[in-house]
Amino acid sequence: MFYREAGDFKTSYKDDNQTFPIRLDRMGYYIVMFVAFCVVPFFVNDYWVNSVFAPFLIYAIAALGLNILTGYAGQVSLGTGGFMAVGAYAVYKLMVAFPDVSIVIHVLLAGGITAVVGVLFGLPSLRIKGFYLAVATLAAQFFLVWVFNKVPWFYNYSASGQINAPERSVFGVIVTGPNTEAWAKYMICLVFVVVLAWVARNLTRGMMGRKWMGIRDMDIAAEIIGVNPLMAKLTAFAVSSFFVGVAGALFFAVYLGAAEAGESFGIAKSFLILFMIIIGGLGSIFGSFAGAAFMVLLPVLLKNVLVGGLGWPTDLAAHLEFMVVGGLIVIFLILEPHGLAQLWRLTKEKLRLWPFPH
Amino acid sequence: MTTDMNADSYVTEDGRTIGPVVMDLKNITLRFGGVVAIKDISFDIREGEIRAIIGPNGAGKSSMLNVISGFYKPQEGEVYFRGSKRPQMKPYQVAQQGLARTFQNIALFDGMTVLDNIMTGRLNKMKANIFQQAIWKGKAEREEIENREACEKVIDFLEIQHIRKTPVGRLPYGLKKRVELARALAAEPSLLLLDEPMAGMNVEEKEDMSRFILDMNDEFGTTIALIEHDMGVVMDLSDRVVVMDYGKKIGDGTPDEVRNNQDVIDAYLGVSHD
Repeated sequence: MFYREAGDFKTSYKDDNQTFPIRLDRMGYYIVMFVAFCVVPFFVNDYWVNSVFAPFLIYAIAALGLNILTGYAGQVSLGTGGFMAVGAYAVYKLMVAFPDVSIVIHVLLAGGITAVVGVLFGLPSLRIKGFYLAVATLAAQFFLVWVFNKVPWFYNYSASGQINAPERSVFGVIVTGPNTEAWAKYMICLVFVVVLAWVARNLTRGMMGRKWMGIRDMDIAAEIIGVNPLMAKLTAFAVSSFFVGVAGALFFAVYLGAAEAGESFGIAKSFLILFMIIIGGLGSIFGSFAGAAFMVLLPVLLKNVLVGGLGWPTDLAAHLEFMVVGGLIVIFLILEPHGLAQLWRLTKEKLRLWPFPH
Repeated sequence: MTTDMNADSYVTEDGRTIGPVVMDLKNITLRFGGVVAIKDISFDIREGEIRAIIGPNGAGKSSMLNVISGFYKPQEGEVYFRGSKRPQMKPYQVAQQGLARTFQNIALFDGMTVLDNIMTGRLNKMKANIFQQAIWKGKAEREEIENREACEKVIDFLEIQHIRKTPVGRLPYGLKKRVELARALAAEPSLLLLDEPMAGMNVEEKEDMSRFILDMNDEFGTTIALIEHDMGVVMDLSDRVVVMDYGKKIGDGTPDEVRNNQDVIDAYLGVSHD
């Protein structure tokens, strides 16, 4: 069976609209889903979850969110870390205030609160564009982190200024707090990722996504054919912030367990997620995952090879890691500015002709 | 010829019915600082007709189109749409009223496929809210399929089936122009504005485009206002022509009337100073 559309006839527009129009793609998708839900949970241990799966899945949500805003709607944001902090502190306050309500609802509400904050900081986007908007969102980043450090109400007046995730469970399985099992951590992240990726895909392939991309590609033309630019930009900010807020909530509650705004959600986090979508591919769902995987897995891989494999001192390996990651980013931007998603697309186009390229 | 062009509606020689006035522009004046781009111009566009706006470079034709599409706000004068005065509105509100346009320099969304570009033309027809779209069920999915069918009709009509799924950025100029027309047409506009639909095209492409414009008008009854520099095309296509020069209207009427208008001849050929 070859990788191509030929022979796989679509007889309705519904079929034609599907996410994976090529049969092998569909099968690949089902296999990945099967492995992710039915195989991995039985084999993960703490190391794999804490250093690979949990950060990958959570960063994938954040990257999806930023990709909606920057990749699809064309509004550059450097405030991702700040918005993740909003999600984290929101879920913390909710978890403490309403211990009987399910954590899933808390996480979604935290996303909703972040969406509202995102819309507020998105308001200037109607007037300012490009670099200037980036600077405005940078202000959001610093302002939000400052607020969470300065106002003790947010961290419930704890002496350390940290927030700690209390123990909560879903269907009787503990998912937050120090007693969480590895597979439970993995599963809750996975469920959120799969659902949100599906939502992101639906929004971006529908009219919402077209409006966003219209604003990105040519805002004046979009306005003249009937896109309300304010609404399009603000919905992009809202949806994006919702995703980022959910990611922040999970990052704090499930992954870290304890967080401090400046340390966990600083400007470095904003840049990390921006790198993810640039390396992964702007305006691509797959790219968000690819970029998150690249930025999470590469350091783990390097550390294992250099320290574990070659026996180098840890500090030397850590510094080399910075240089290698930095170098790879630069090389990537020069060779393939459209990211891993574009490489994947090109591979697929080649595959469609293989083995008879002429 | 006995047709009374002032009647409420009349039938042209080739059997098309021209209806009442759709858009009436009254005493439009548009200034940019000290520059007067449009000076006290009035004309109307009637339902079902092909109305051309011509004039030398810098005459204010594109500004006029921008006034009609709500992108520029004239300092003086009123725009009447379907008999009622149009209040100050944003361009997207004008689009919601049923105006669609193409641009002189193609304004397509380069990152999207041809199909997605054409689908954006139908955004005013799709009402599903963000939550329905997020789960892609019910109204969202139904609307997507219904509007896809409408877009496919336009795609068939403009003969661009083969590039349906191609990103617009990869297309050659002539096809981009056609896709832009498709996007405007997909909106099923009550008034379609075309800003130099044939600029930069070779003879064959111009013939195709002329055919599309005539067929559009004939089959869908679309009212069209167009700006064009190719006089042969304008005179052949249009029912009535407005001639502008230096922001003023110097002629208005059927192609024959305009062709014989001394002011128009002077504007195009120059006046001898002997």
